[in-house]
Amino acid sequence: MNRRLKSRIGKTALWIATFLLMLVICIPGLWVVLSAFRPNSEILAKPAIWIPRDLTLDNFAQIFGFGQEQVAIPVLSYFTNSMVIALTSTAIAVLIGMSGGYAFARFRFLGKNSLFLGLMLSRAVPGIALSLPVFMIWSKLGLIDTKMGIIIVYVAINVPFTIWLIDGFFRQIPKEMNESAQVDGCTRWQAFWKIEFPLARSGIASAGVFAFLTSWNEYALVSQLSRSTDSKTLPVGLMDFTSQFTINWAGMCAMAFIIIVPALILTFLVQKHLIAGLTFGGVKG
Amino acid sequence: MSSINLKKVVKFYGKTEVVHGIDLDIDHNEFVVLVGPSGCGKSTTLRMIAGLEEISDGEISIDDTIVNELPPRKRNISMVFQNYALYPHMSVRENLGFGLKIAKQPEAVVKQRVSEAADILGLSELMDRTPAELSGGQRQRVAMGRAIVRHPQAFLFDEPLSNLDAKLRVQMRTEIKKLHQKVATTVVYVTHDQVEAMTLADRIVVMKDGYIEQVGTPMQVFNHPKNTFVASFIGSPPMNQLPARIEGQTVVFDDGTKLPVPGHLADKVREGQQVIFGIRPDDMTPEGHGIQETGQSTILELKVDLAELLGTETLIYTSLAGQEIQGKMFDPRDVSPGEVLKFRVSLDKAHLFDAATQQSVSVG
Repeated sequence: MNRRLKSRIGKTALWIATFLLMLVICIPGLWVVLSAFRPNSEILAKPAIWIPRDLTLDNFAQIFGFGQEQVAIPVLSYFTNSMVIALTSTAIAVLIGMSGGYAFARFRFLGKNSLFLGLMLSRAVPGIALSLPVFMIWSKLGLIDTKMGIIIVYVAINVPFTIWLIDGFFRQIPKEMNESAQVDGCTRWQAFWKIEFPLARSGIASAGVFAFLTSWNEYALVSQLSRSTDSKTLPVGLMDFTSQFTINWAGMCAMAFIIIVPALILTFLVQKHLIAGLTFGGVKG
Repeated sequence: MSSINLKKVVKFYGKTEVVHGIDLDIDHNEFVVLVGPSGCGKSTTLRMIAGLEEISDGEISIDDTIVNELPPRKRNISMVFQNYALYPHMSVRENLGFGLKIAKQPEAVVKQRVSEAADILGLSELMDRTPAELSGGQRQRVAMGRAIVRHPQAFLFDEPLSNLDAKLRVQMRTEIKKLHQKVATTVVYVTHDQVEAMTLADRIVVMKDGYIEQVGTPMQVFNHPKNTFVASFIGSPPMNQLPARIEGQTVVFDDGTKLPVPGHLADKVREGQQVIFGIRPDDMTPEGHGIQETGQSTILELKVDLAELLGTETLIYTSLAGQEIQGKMFDPRDVSPGEVLKFRVSLDKAHLFDAATQQSVSVG
């Protein structure tokens, strides 16, 4: 009885500690989400109003240009830019990652190990350290403030990671799968698409989601490479809410909410994929 | 149903030559087993036949068509891999039908052939399971099923039983043999297990270090090993091999023990020749426990070092000329270490190999 009580108290204490910790981590996020649905007056009220009294979608209407009050910030263009840039750079990074990862996992070629090491080392260089050279080269090439310019940078950031991740997934698939398919009548290409690709699918999907999140959330580089609505993405656009004298917290939070939601959904997807992992029954040992 | 011919086939990995120009002719419907220790080139040879490894030099033909340049899919062969290589994302049914679907066979044909194969291998109950839901033996059967549905010209097996436990291995061995009788097709089977080789093969190909040491029926290879390697590799426990010298009509061992030269080999040896005397444990039995006194035999008195009871027989470890050798006691009684037994050695079954060349004196 005594021991049971003790273990129960221990468990309760653990839960409380976890709850408090999560609270500290989550409150800023929660505050952003709450503020997205509140009028500015309530956000700025002192003392702080914790439990919202007045929930509204005005902030969203405002930033998207509906309703009476409008904000002079082209959120829709930023959103489109973000989507185009993140999706395109992800698609390219996944395609390159798939071919590169497959090559590293399956083929022997000269300089393979050094190349792989080089790719991994490039991950160790913080992207921002390269911002000045990139800026100079891009300005010479006329890529400043273009979606293309940003996409290229994001592909470069993501490719080493997607190659590394996808390589790992292909490595887990025994090469006999491919050989068996070839003996069964497949060309190498068919063997890849019908056998190896479906088996590595969850890995490829994870790589894609990670690449998407990186591009979607990136701020440091894009803040230097973009200038106008032609290429500004949501995280950069967020800064438009700060003007010399005022900050439109309500609009900013509404926009932050729009940035967070896709990222959040995708994060859940990644989690599912990563946990699901690969279940192999076709091969023993 | 087809023949497979290898002509001077060579394989290099980088600069290392691993298969040294081997010649081999495999007949229609023949069950040929490539056997040898690991690294002997047997799997590489099989993979070259399958087209999964390029041939560095020489020629491989299937049914008189040179296939050197043909990709695996055009060779009309099927292969069972050591790890089965079943497709984990497909059901048993889809695994079986995969090759036929790739070949764009009509749905009805696929269905009929798949159920035919399932019947032969007793898989009908398991058709909707995935490989993960099968036991080792069942996976093995699916792998074989996948091989037979396509009615290929030849089956290639790459150590198909080595992932199974001992009991299941014996059972599957029998099934493979039965399968070969049911679907008469050329089979090339790779194993490192000489028992599998002996039980399954029409002909055994013993390989070592990328060379073929001997080709022959299980009986030929067992009874007339061409050299000391084949003699020690085929047969369990392995043949006893003792260095000796020919003096007159006797074989003299290092410790001075003398045996008469086996009659059937008398004219194959010369005076003073350094030889290796080979005798299988089965041909060296304590008096009254095995060999009858027919043919040429002789008696050796040896001290028992260790006795291993195996049930129908007891394996007796003893030594001669400072070397451990084994004899067998059939219809055994209790034997204790230290006991001296009179072994009857059947000289009719003895072998002599030249010490320098390691080749049997009875070969050319």
